[in-house]
Amino acid sequence: MVARLYRTLWRIGEVVGVVSETPRTKSLVLDVPGWEGHKAGQHVDVRLTAPDGYQTQRSYSIASAPEDERVVLTVDRLDDGEVSTYLTDVVTAGDRLELRGPIGGYFTWEEGDGGPLFLVGGGSGVVPLMAMTRHRATSGSDVPTRLLLSFRSHEEIIYREELEDLAAHDGSLEVFYTLTRARPQGWTGYHRRIDARMLEEVSWGPHESPLAFVCGPTPLVETVGTALVGLGHDPARVKTERFGATGG
Amino acid sequence: MGEGFISRGFGGRRRRPDDSRLPPGQYLVDGFPVLSAGPTPLTPLEQWDFTLVGEVDEPKRWSWEEFGQLPSEEITTDIHCVTKWSKFDTRWEGVSVDTLLEGVETSAEYITAYCDGGYTTNLALEDVTGGKAWVAFAYDGEPLEPVHGGPARLLVPHLYFWKSAKWVRGLRLATQNEPGFWESLGYHNFGDPWREQRYWGD
Ligand SMILES: Cc1cc2nc3c(=O)[nH]c(=O)nc-3n(C[C@H](O)[C@H](O)[C@H](O)COP(=O)(O)OP(=O)(O)OC[C@H]3O[C@@H](n4cnc5c(N)ncnc54)[C@H](O)[C@@H]3O)c2cc1C
Repeated sequence: MVARLYRTLWRIGEVVGVVSETPRTKSLVLDVPGWEGHKAGQHVDVRLTAPDGYQTQRSYSIASAPEDERVVLTVDRLDDGEVSTYLTDVVTAGDRLELRGPIGGYFTWEEGDGGPLFLVGGGSGVVPLMAMTRHRATSGSDVPTRLLLSFRSHEEIIYREELEDLAAHDGSLEVFYTLTRARPQGWTGYHRRIDARMLEEVSWGPHESPLAFVCGPTPLVETVGTALVGLGHDPARVKTERFGATGG
Repeated sequence: MGEGFISRGFGGRRRRPDDSRLPPGQYLVDGFPVLSAGPTPLTPLEQWDFTLVGEVDEPKRWSWEEFGQLPSEEITTDIHCVTKWSKFDTRWEGVSVDTLLEGVETSAEYITAYCDGGYTTNLALEDVTGGKAWVAFAYDGEPLEPVHGGPARLLVPHLYFWKSAKWVRGLRLATQNEPGFWESLGYHNFGDPWREQRYWGD
Protein backbone atom coordinates (compact mmCIF):
# COMPACT_ATOMS: atom_id res chain seq x y z
CA MET A 1 0.00 0.00 0.00
CA VAL A 2 1.39 3.37 -1.00
CA ALA A 3 1.65 5.27 2.23
CA ARG A 4 0.64 8.72 1.06
CA LEU A 5 -1.62 8.21 -1.93
CA TYR A 6 -4.01 10.73 -0.56
CA ARG A 7 -2.85 14.30 -0.28
CA THR A 8 -5.25 15.47 2.32
CA LEU A 9 -3.87 18.94 2.91
CA TRP A 10 -5.54 21.96 1.40
CA ARG A 11 -3.24 23.90 -0.84
CA ILE A 12 -3.44 26.77 -3.23
CA GLY A 13 -3.04 26.49 -6.97
CA GLU A 14 -2.72 29.36 -9.39
CA VAL A 15 -4.82 29.51 -12.52
CA VAL A 16 -2.32 30.06 -15.32
CA GLY A 17 -4.72 29.60 -18.21
CA VAL A 18 -8.38 29.23 -19.09
CA VAL A 19 -9.46 27.37 -22.24
CA SER A 20 -13.01 27.52 -23.63
CA GLU A 21 -13.73 23.94 -24.66
CA THR A 22 -17.37 24.40 -25.63
CA PRO A 23 -19.91 27.18 -25.05
CA ARG A 24 -20.65 25.65 -21.62
CA THR A 25 -17.34 24.15 -20.67
CA LYS A 26 -14.00 25.58 -19.66
CA SER A 27 -10.68 24.07 -18.75
CA LEU A 28 -8.70 25.66 -15.93
CA VAL A 29 -4.97 25.13 -16.17
CA LEU A 30 -3.45 25.17 -12.69
CA ASP A 31 0.01 25.49 -11.37
CA VAL A 32 0.03 23.70 -8.02
CA PRO A 33 3.32 24.14 -6.15
CA GLY A 34 4.57 20.83 -4.78
CA TRP A 35 2.13 18.70 -6.80
CA GLU A 36 3.43 15.14 -6.57
CA GLY A 37 1.50 13.83 -9.55
CA HIS A 38 -1.65 11.78 -9.89
CA LYS A 39 -3.09 8.75 -11.61
CA ALA A 40 -5.34 9.16 -14.63
CA GLY A 41 -8.93 9.06 -13.36
CA GLN A 42 -8.36 10.70 -9.99
CA HIS A 43 -10.01 13.93 -8.88
CA VAL A 44 -9.38 16.90 -6.63
CA ASP A 45 -11.68 18.60 -4.17
CA VAL A 46 -12.03 22.33 -4.76
CA ARG A 47 -13.02 24.59 -1.87
CA LEU A 48 -14.42 28.08 -2.30
CA THR A 49 -14.51 30.63 0.50
CA ALA A 50 -16.63 33.79 0.55
CA PRO A 51 -15.45 36.92 2.39
CA ASP A 52 -17.80 36.15 5.29
CA GLY A 53 -16.23 32.74 5.76
CA TYR A 54 -18.93 30.70 4.00
CA GLN A 55 -17.31 27.71 2.31
CA THR A 56 -18.38 25.04 -0.12
CA GLN A 57 -16.58 22.14 -1.79
CA ARG A 58 -17.01 20.11 -4.97
CA SER A 59 -15.04 17.35 -6.69
CA TYR A 60 -13.50 17.80 -10.15
CA SER A 61 -11.69 15.14 -12.14
CA ILE A 62 -8.20 15.84 -13.35
CA ALA A 63 -8.21 16.08 -17.14
CA SER A 64 -4.47 16.26 -17.68
CA ALA A 65 -2.14 13.29 -18.01
CA PRO A 66 0.03 12.40 -15.03
CA GLU A 67 3.00 13.30 -17.21
CA ASP A 68 1.74 16.89 -17.47
CA GLU A 69 3.22 19.16 -14.83
CA ARG A 70 0.12 21.33 -14.87
CA VAL A 71 -3.15 20.18 -13.33
CA VAL A 72 -6.06 20.76 -15.69
CA LEU A 73 -9.71 20.69 -14.58
CA THR A 74 -12.56 20.84 -17.08
CA VAL A 75 -15.77 22.28 -15.68
CA ASP A 76 -19.20 22.04 -17.20
CA ARG A 77 -21.41 25.03 -16.35
CA LEU A 78 -24.76 24.18 -14.75
CA ASP A 79 -27.07 27.18 -15.02
CA ASP A 80 -28.14 27.14 -11.38
CA GLY A 81 -24.90 25.67 -10.10
CA GLU A 82 -23.08 27.30 -7.25
CA VAL A 83 -19.50 26.24 -7.92
CA SER A 84 -19.51 25.48 -11.65
CA THR A 85 -20.84 28.97 -12.51
CA TYR A 86 -18.10 30.53 -10.38
CA LEU A 87 -15.39 28.41 -12.01
CA THR A 88 -16.62 29.08 -15.56
CA ASP A 89 -17.89 32.69 -15.29
CA VAL A 90 -15.64 34.33 -12.72
CA VAL A 91 -12.26 32.63 -12.58
CA THR A 92 -9.55 34.01 -14.85
CA ALA A 93 -5.81 33.56 -15.21
CA GLY A 94 -4.02 34.87 -12.14
CA ASP A 95 -6.74 33.76 -9.73
CA ARG A 96 -5.95 31.29 -7.00
CA LEU A 97 -7.97 28.20 -6.14
CA GLU A 98 -7.91 26.15 -2.99
CA LEU A 99 -7.84 22.41 -3.57
CA ARG A 100 -6.68 19.08 -2.24
CA GLY A 101 -5.88 15.79 -3.86
CA PRO A 102 -5.36 13.69 -5.84
CA ILE A 103 -8.22 11.61 -4.48
CA GLY A 104 -9.65 8.24 -5.51
CA GLY A 105 -7.80 5.00 -5.99
CA TYR A 106 -10.29 2.86 -7.88
CA PHE A 107 -11.45 4.65 -11.01
CA THR A 108 -7.92 4.91 -12.35
CA TRP A 109 -5.95 3.52 -15.24
CA GLU A 110 -2.22 3.19 -15.65
CA GLU A 111 -0.45 1.96 -18.72
CA GLY A 112 0.50 -1.28 -17.01
CA ASP A 113 -3.15 -2.10 -16.30
CA GLY A 114 -3.54 -3.07 -19.96
CA GLY A 115 -6.77 -3.43 -21.86
CA PRO A 116 -8.36 -3.45 -24.29
CA LEU A 117 -9.73 -0.26 -22.91
CA PHE A 118 -13.37 0.69 -23.35
CA LEU A 119 -14.14 4.21 -22.16
CA VAL A 120 -17.77 5.28 -21.99
CA GLY A 121 -18.74 8.78 -20.97
CA GLY A 122 -21.51 11.34 -21.08
CA GLY A 123 -21.02 15.11 -20.89
CA SER A 124 -18.32 16.10 -18.42
CA GLY A 125 -17.95 12.39 -17.63
CA VAL A 126 -15.42 12.43 -20.45
CA VAL A 127 -12.95 14.31 -18.21
CA PRO A 128 -11.33 11.39 -16.32
CA LEU A 129 -11.51 9.31 -19.52
CA MET A 130 -9.55 12.04 -21.28
CA ALA A 131 -6.87 11.86 -18.59
CA MET A 132 -6.60 8.12 -19.35
CA THR A 133 -6.49 8.76 -23.11
CA ARG A 134 -3.83 11.43 -22.68
CA HIS A 135 -1.81 9.21 -20.36
CA ARG A 136 -2.04 6.40 -22.89
CA ALA A 137 -0.81 8.69 -25.67
CA THR A 138 1.95 10.31 -23.61
CA SER A 139 3.28 7.02 -22.34
CA GLY A 140 3.37 5.64 -25.89
CA SER A 141 0.99 2.82 -25.02
CA ASP A 142 -0.67 0.94 -27.87
CA VAL A 143 -3.35 -0.71 -25.73
CA PRO A 144 -6.37 -0.97 -28.10
CA THR A 145 -8.79 1.70 -26.94
CA ARG A 146 -12.31 2.71 -27.88
CA LEU A 147 -14.19 5.69 -26.57
CA LEU A 148 -17.96 5.93 -26.75
CA LEU A 149 -19.03 9.44 -25.83
CA SER A 150 -22.48 10.92 -25.48
CA PHE A 151 -23.19 14.64 -25.78
CA ARG A 152 -26.32 16.61 -26.40
CA SER A 153 -25.13 18.31 -29.55
CA HIS A 154 -22.09 18.57 -31.78
CA GLU A 155 -21.02 21.91 -30.31
CA GLU A 156 -21.08 20.42 -26.80
CA ILE A 157 -18.50 17.76 -27.62
CA ILE A 158 -15.55 18.34 -25.29
CA TYR A 159 -11.97 17.76 -26.57
CA ARG A 160 -13.26 16.96 -30.09
CA GLU A 161 -10.27 18.28 -32.01
CA GLU A 162 -7.69 16.75 -29.72
CA LEU A 163 -9.40 13.36 -29.88
CA GLU A 164 -9.67 13.55 -33.67
CA ASP A 165 -6.02 14.40 -33.84
CA LEU A 166 -4.97 11.57 -31.53
CA ALA A 167 -7.11 9.02 -33.39
CA ALA A 168 -5.81 10.18 -36.78
CA HIS A 169 -2.27 9.27 -35.75
CA ASP A 170 -3.01 6.13 -33.83
CA GLY A 171 -4.53 3.03 -35.42
CA SER A 172 -5.37 1.47 -32.06
CA LEU A 173 -7.49 4.40 -30.83
CA GLU A 174 -11.10 4.80 -32.00
CA VAL A 175 -13.65 7.40 -30.96
CA PHE A 176 -17.42 6.97 -31.37
CA TYR A 177 -19.98 9.67 -30.64
CA THR A 178 -23.66 9.74 -30.04
CA LEU A 179 -25.60 13.02 -30.02
CA THR A 180 -28.77 12.83 -27.97
CA ARG A 181 -30.46 16.03 -29.15
CA ALA A 182 -29.39 18.15 -32.12
CA ARG A 183 -27.14 16.69 -34.81
CA PRO A 184 -25.51 18.51 -37.68
CA GLN A 185 -26.44 17.82 -41.28
CA GLY A 186 -24.74 14.76 -42.64
CA TRP A 187 -24.02 13.37 -39.15
CA THR A 188 -23.06 9.72 -39.48
CA GLY A 189 -22.57 8.93 -35.79
CA TYR A 190 -25.21 7.66 -33.42
CA HIS A 191 -28.23 9.76 -32.57
CA ARG A 192 -29.78 8.36 -29.40
CA ARG A 193 -28.97 7.63 -25.78
CA ILE A 194 -26.42 4.86 -25.24
CA ASP A 195 -28.16 1.47 -25.12
CA ALA A 196 -27.21 -2.21 -25.08
CA ARG A 197 -27.24 -2.49 -28.86
CA MET A 198 -24.87 0.44 -29.24
CA LEU A 199 -22.54 -1.03 -26.62
CA GLU A 200 -22.56 -4.36 -28.39
CA GLU A 201 -21.70 -2.69 -31.68
CA VAL A 202 -18.89 -0.55 -30.33
CA SER A 203 -17.33 -2.63 -27.56
CA TRP A 204 -15.24 -5.75 -27.70
CA GLY A 205 -17.07 -8.92 -26.80
CA PRO A 206 -16.87 -10.31 -23.26
CA HIS A 207 -14.42 -13.04 -24.38
CA GLU A 208 -11.83 -10.33 -25.02
CA SER A 209 -12.44 -9.08 -21.48
CA PRO A 210 -12.08 -5.36 -22.09
CA LEU A 211 -11.51 -3.11 -19.11
CA ALA A 212 -14.43 -0.67 -19.08
CA PHE A 213 -14.56 2.73 -17.41
CA VAL A 214 -17.96 4.40 -17.34
CA CYS A 215 -18.45 7.98 -16.18
CA GLY A 216 -21.23 10.52 -16.35
CA PRO A 217 -24.66 11.28 -14.96
CA THR A 218 -26.18 8.48 -12.89
CA PRO A 219 -28.81 7.34 -15.45
CA LEU A 220 -26.13 6.89 -18.12
CA VAL A 221 -23.84 5.01 -15.75
CA GLU A 222 -26.69 2.79 -14.59
CA THR A 223 -27.77 1.97 -18.14
CA VAL A 224 -24.27 1.25 -19.36
CA GLY A 225 -23.20 -0.75 -16.28
CA THR A 226 -26.31 -2.92 -16.36
CA ALA A 227 -26.13 -3.41 -20.13
CA LEU A 228 -22.46 -4.42 -20.09
CA VAL A 229 -23.11 -7.00 -17.37
CA GLY A 230 -26.16 -8.16 -19.35
CA LEU A 231 -23.95 -8.63 -22.44
CA GLY A 232 -21.78 -10.98 -20.40
CA HIS A 233 -18.98 -8.68 -19.22
CA ASP A 234 -17.38 -9.43 -15.87
CA PRO A 235 -18.70 -6.84 -13.36
CA ALA A 236 -15.23 -6.66 -11.83
CA ARG A 237 -13.94 -5.30 -15.18
CA VAL A 238 -16.53 -2.51 -15.26
CA LYS A 239 -15.54 0.51 -13.20
CA THR A 240 -17.95 3.37 -12.76
CA GLU A 241 -17.95 6.93 -11.51
CA ARG A 242 -21.14 8.93 -11.12
CA PHE A 243 -20.96 12.71 -11.36
CA GLY A 244 -24.51 13.82 -11.20
CA ALA A 245 -25.99 15.23 -8.06
CA THR A 246 -29.29 14.47 -9.74
CA GLY A 247 -31.05 11.32 -10.80
CA GLY A 248 -31.02 7.91 -9.12
CA MET B 1 -2.81 25.85 4.93
CA GLY B 2 -5.35 28.07 3.30
CA GLU B 3 -6.14 29.81 6.57
CA GLY B 4 -7.66 33.15 5.70
CA PHE B 5 -7.88 32.31 1.99
CA ILE B 6 -10.71 34.00 0.11
CA SER B 7 -11.86 33.03 -3.38
CA ARG B 8 -11.91 36.25 -5.38
CA GLY B 9 -15.40 37.18 -6.47
CA PHE B 10 -17.13 34.27 -4.73
CA GLY B 11 -20.33 35.14 -2.90
CA GLY B 12 -21.86 31.72 -2.42
CA ARG B 13 -25.35 30.91 -3.55
CA ARG B 14 -26.30 28.01 -1.38
CA ARG B 15 -26.16 29.25 2.16
CA ARG B 16 -26.48 26.67 4.85
CA PRO B 17 -30.15 26.36 5.70
CA ASP B 18 -29.75 25.11 9.26
CA ASP B 19 -26.15 25.24 10.34
CA SER B 20 -26.54 22.92 13.27
CA ARG B 21 -27.63 20.05 11.01
CA LEU B 22 -25.07 20.39 8.22
CA PRO B 23 -21.57 18.98 8.92
CA PRO B 24 -18.55 20.98 7.74
CA GLY B 25 -17.88 20.97 3.98
CA GLN B 26 -21.32 19.55 3.16
CA TYR B 27 -24.10 21.09 1.08
CA LEU B 28 -27.77 20.27 0.95
CA VAL B 29 -29.49 18.50 -1.97
CA ASP B 30 -33.10 17.61 -2.69
CA GLY B 31 -32.43 14.71 -5.05
CA PHE B 32 -30.84 11.44 -4.05
CA PRO B 33 -27.41 11.11 -5.63
CA VAL B 34 -25.80 7.74 -6.25
CA LEU B 35 -22.22 6.67 -5.69
CA SER B 36 -20.79 3.24 -6.33
CA ALA B 37 -17.76 1.78 -8.01
CA GLY B 38 -19.32 -0.66 -10.43
CA PRO B 39 -22.54 -1.90 -11.98
CA THR B 40 -25.58 -2.33 -9.74
CA PRO B 41 -25.87 -6.00 -8.72
CA LEU B 42 -29.31 -7.59 -9.03
CA THR B 43 -29.87 -10.50 -6.65
CA PRO B 44 -33.22 -12.31 -6.91
CA LEU B 45 -35.00 -12.38 -3.56
CA GLU B 46 -35.16 -16.20 -3.55
CA GLN B 47 -31.36 -16.20 -3.53
CA TRP B 48 -30.97 -13.42 -1.00
CA ASP B 49 -30.01 -14.12 2.55
CA PHE B 50 -28.44 -12.26 5.43
CA THR B 51 -25.74 -13.85 7.54
CA LEU B 52 -23.83 -13.12 10.73
CA VAL B 53 -20.41 -14.79 10.81
CA GLY B 54 -16.93 -14.44 12.30
CA GLU B 55 -16.39 -14.01 16.02
CA VAL B 56 -19.79 -15.29 17.09
CA ASP B 57 -20.75 -18.29 19.19
CA GLU B 58 -22.98 -19.50 16.37
CA PRO B 59 -23.36 -18.10 12.83
CA LYS B 60 -26.85 -16.91 11.90
CA ARG B 61 -28.74 -16.83 8.65
CA TRP B 62 -32.05 -15.35 7.54
CA SER B 63 -33.75 -15.85 4.19
CA TRP B 64 -35.55 -12.84 2.68
CA GLU B 65 -38.81 -14.19 4.06
CA GLU B 66 -37.41 -14.76 7.53
CA PHE B 67 -35.81 -11.34 7.46
CA GLY B 68 -39.18 -9.83 6.67
CA GLN B 69 -40.61 -11.40 9.86
CA LEU B 70 -38.14 -9.60 12.11
CA PRO B 71 -39.44 -6.54 13.95
CA SER B 72 -38.65 -3.44 11.93
CA GLU B 73 -38.42 0.26 12.72
CA GLU B 74 -39.14 3.45 10.86
CA ILE B 75 -36.24 5.86 10.81
CA THR B 76 -36.22 9.51 9.73
CA THR B 77 -32.71 10.85 9.54
CA ASP B 78 -30.22 13.16 7.80
CA ILE B 79 -27.57 11.52 5.61
CA HIS B 80 -24.15 12.83 4.61
CA CYS B 81 -22.13 11.61 1.60
CA VAL B 82 -18.35 11.98 1.45
CA THR B 83 -18.77 13.51 -2.03
CA LYS B 84 -20.19 16.57 -0.16
CA TRP B 85 -23.95 16.31 -0.41
CA SER B 86 -26.24 15.95 2.56
CA LYS B 87 -29.93 15.20 2.54
CA PHE B 88 -32.24 15.98 5.43
CA ASP B 89 -35.18 13.96 6.73
CA THR B 90 -34.81 10.82 4.66
CA ARG B 91 -37.33 8.13 5.64
CA TRP B 92 -36.36 4.48 5.91
CA GLU B 93 -37.67 1.23 7.26
CA GLY B 94 -35.31 -1.44 8.47
CA VAL B 95 -34.28 -3.98 11.06
CA SER B 96 -32.08 -2.63 13.81
CA VAL B 97 -28.62 -4.21 14.01
CA ASP B 98 -29.37 -4.59 17.73
CA THR B 99 -32.22 -6.93 16.77
CA LEU B 100 -29.89 -8.98 14.54
CA LEU B 101 -27.29 -9.26 17.28
CA GLU B 102 -29.79 -10.24 19.99
CA GLY B 103 -28.50 -13.20 21.95
CA VAL B 104 -25.19 -13.29 20.05
CA GLU B 105 -22.13 -13.86 22.21
CA THR B 106 -19.06 -12.13 20.86
CA SER B 107 -15.72 -10.68 21.85
CA ALA B 108 -15.59 -8.67 18.62
CA GLU B 109 -15.07 -4.92 18.61
CA TYR B 110 -15.35 -4.42 14.85
CA ILE B 111 -17.53 -5.58 12.01
CA THR B 112 -17.14 -5.85 8.28
CA ALA B 113 -20.33 -5.54 6.26
CA TYR B 114 -20.14 -7.64 3.10
CA CYS B 115 -22.23 -7.08 0.02
CA ASP B 116 -23.17 -8.29 -3.41
CA GLY B 117 -20.66 -7.07 -5.95
CA GLY B 118 -17.80 -7.75 -3.55
CA TYR B 119 -18.00 -4.53 -1.53
CA THR B 120 -17.09 -4.44 2.10
CA THR B 121 -16.96 -1.71 4.69
CA ASN B 122 -15.54 -1.79 8.20
CA LEU B 123 -17.14 -0.31 11.28
CA ALA B 124 -16.61 -0.30 15.02
CA LEU B 125 -19.21 -2.50 16.71
CA GLU B 126 -20.16 0.42 18.94
CA ASP B 127 -20.99 2.44 15.81
CA VAL B 128 -23.68 -0.05 14.77
CA THR B 129 -25.20 -0.93 18.14
CA GLY B 130 -27.33 1.02 20.58
CA GLY B 131 -29.93 2.15 18.04
CA LYS B 132 -27.41 3.65 15.61
CA ALA B 133 -27.64 1.29 12.62
CA TRP B 134 -30.18 -0.69 10.62
CA VAL B 135 -30.46 -3.02 7.68
CA ALA B 136 -32.91 -0.97 5.64
CA PHE B 137 -35.22 -2.44 3.02
CA ALA B 138 -37.59 0.47 2.30
CA TYR B 139 -37.06 4.10 1.42
CA ASP B 140 -39.79 6.73 1.46
CA GLY B 141 -42.45 4.07 1.87
CA GLU B 142 -41.34 2.00 -1.12
CA PRO B 143 -39.12 -1.08 -1.46
CA LEU B 144 -35.51 0.09 -1.71
CA GLU B 145 -34.51 0.39 -5.37
CA PRO B 146 -31.43 -1.57 -6.53
CA VAL B 147 -29.63 1.64 -7.52
CA HIS B 148 -29.89 2.83 -3.91
CA GLY B 149 -28.79 -0.52 -2.50
CA GLY B 150 -31.92 -2.66 -2.65
CA PRO B 151 -33.10 -5.13 -1.71
CA ALA B 152 -31.34 -4.10 1.51
CA ARG B 153 -28.56 -1.80 2.60
CA LEU B 154 -26.90 -0.94 5.84
CA LEU B 155 -28.00 2.40 7.27
CA VAL B 156 -25.51 4.09 9.60
CA PRO B 157 -26.62 7.70 9.29
CA HIS B 158 -24.21 9.21 11.82
CA LEU B 159 -21.25 8.27 9.58
CA TYR B 160 -20.46 9.22 5.96
CA PHE B 161 -22.83 7.36 3.73
CA TRP B 162 -20.37 4.95 2.11
CA LYS B 163 -20.42 3.19 5.48
CA SER B 164 -24.11 2.52 4.82
CA ALA B 165 -23.09 -0.29 2.50
CA LYS B 166 -25.45 -0.98 -0.38
CA TRP B 167 -26.61 -4.51 -1.30
CA VAL B 168 -25.53 -5.75 2.13
CA ARG B 169 -25.67 -9.50 2.69
CA GLY B 170 -24.18 -9.91 6.11
CA LEU B 171 -21.89 -8.86 8.91
CA ARG B 172 -18.60 -10.43 9.87
CA LEU B 173 -17.65 -9.77 13.48
CA ALA B 174 -13.95 -9.40 14.19
CA THR B 175 -11.55 -8.48 16.96
CA GLN B 176 -9.52 -6.31 14.56
CA ASN B 177 -10.40 -3.38 12.33
CA GLU B 178 -9.86 -4.48 8.71
CA PRO B 179 -10.13 -1.76 6.04
CA GLY B 180 -13.01 -2.41 3.62
CA PHE B 181 -13.31 -1.60 -0.09
CA TRP B 182 -13.36 2.20 0.03
CA GLU B 183 -11.28 2.31 3.20
CA SER B 184 -8.38 0.53 1.47
CA LEU B 185 -8.66 3.05 -1.37
CA GLY B 186 -7.98 6.05 0.80
CA TYR B 187 -11.24 6.69 2.59
CA HIS B 188 -11.21 7.07 6.34
CA ASN B 189 -11.55 4.07 8.67
CA PHE B 190 -14.21 5.74 10.86
CA GLY B 191 -15.79 8.41 8.65
CA ASP B 192 -17.37 10.81 11.13
CA PRO B 193 -18.81 13.71 9.08
CA TRP B 194 -18.80 16.07 12.07
CA ARG B 195 -15.03 15.64 12.31
CA GLU B 196 -14.72 15.68 8.51
CA GLN B 197 -12.97 12.29 8.47
CA ARG B 198 -13.14 11.92 4.69
CA TYR B 199 -9.77 10.55 3.69
CA TRP B 200 -6.73 8.92 5.26
CA GLY B 201 -5.03 11.37 7.56
CA ASP B 202 -8.09 13.57 8.12
C1 LIG C 1 -15.74 12.33 -8.32
C2 LIG C 1 -16.42 13.46 -9.06
C3 LIG C 1 -15.78 14.04 -10.13
C4 LIG C 1 -16.38 15.10 -10.82
N1 LIG C 1 -15.72 15.64 -11.90
C5 LIG C 1 -16.30 16.66 -12.57
C6 LIG C 1 -15.63 17.23 -13.73
O1 LIG C 1 -14.53 16.81 -14.12
N2 LIG C 1 -16.24 18.24 -14.38
C7 LIG C 1 -17.48 18.72 -13.98
O2 LIG C 1 -17.97 19.68 -14.61
N3 LIG C 1 -18.13 18.21 -12.90
C8 LIG C 1 -17.56 17.20 -12.19
N4 LIG C 1 -18.21 16.67 -11.09
C9 LIG C 1 -19.47 17.30 -10.64
C10 LIG C 1 -19.11 18.48 -9.71
O3 LIG C 1 -18.54 17.98 -8.52
C11 LIG C 1 -20.33 19.32 -9.29
O4 LIG C 1 -21.33 18.45 -8.80
C12 LIG C 1 -20.90 20.11 -10.44
O5 LIG C 1 -19.92 21.00 -10.95
C13 LIG C 1 -22.12 20.92 -9.97
O6 LIG C 1 -21.77 21.78 -8.90
P1 LIG C 1 -22.46 23.21 -8.75
O7 LIG C 1 -22.02 23.77 -7.44
O8 LIG C 1 -22.24 24.02 -9.96
O9 LIG C 1 -23.99 22.85 -8.73
P2 LIG C 1 -24.91 22.78 -7.43
O10 LIG C 1 -25.09 24.17 -6.91
O11 LIG C 1 -24.36 21.76 -6.53
O12 LIG C 1 -26.23 22.22 -8.09
C14 LIG C 1 -26.99 22.98 -9.01
C15 LIG C 1 -28.12 22.15 -9.53
O13 LIG C 1 -27.63 21.21 -10.48
C16 LIG C 1 -27.90 19.91 -10.07
N5 LIG C 1 -26.69 19.17 -10.40
C17 LIG C 1 -25.56 19.06 -9.65
N6 LIG C 1 -24.62 18.35 -10.31
C18 LIG C 1 -25.15 18.00 -11.49
C19 LIG C 1 -24.67 17.30 -12.61
N7 LIG C 1 -23.42 16.78 -12.63
N8 LIG C 1 -25.50 17.13 -13.67
C20 LIG C 1 -26.73 17.68 -13.67
N9 LIG C 1 -27.25 18.35 -12.65
C21 LIG C 1 -26.48 18.52 -11.57
C22 LIG C 1 -28.17 19.97 -8.61
O14 LIG C 1 -29.05 18.95 -8.17
C23 LIG C 1 -28.82 21.33 -8.48
O15 LIG C 1 -30.18 21.31 -8.80
C24 LIG C 1 -17.65 15.59 -10.42
C25 LIG C 1 -18.28 14.99 -9.32
C26 LIG C 1 -17.70 13.94 -8.66
C27 LIG C 1 -18.41 13.31 -7.49
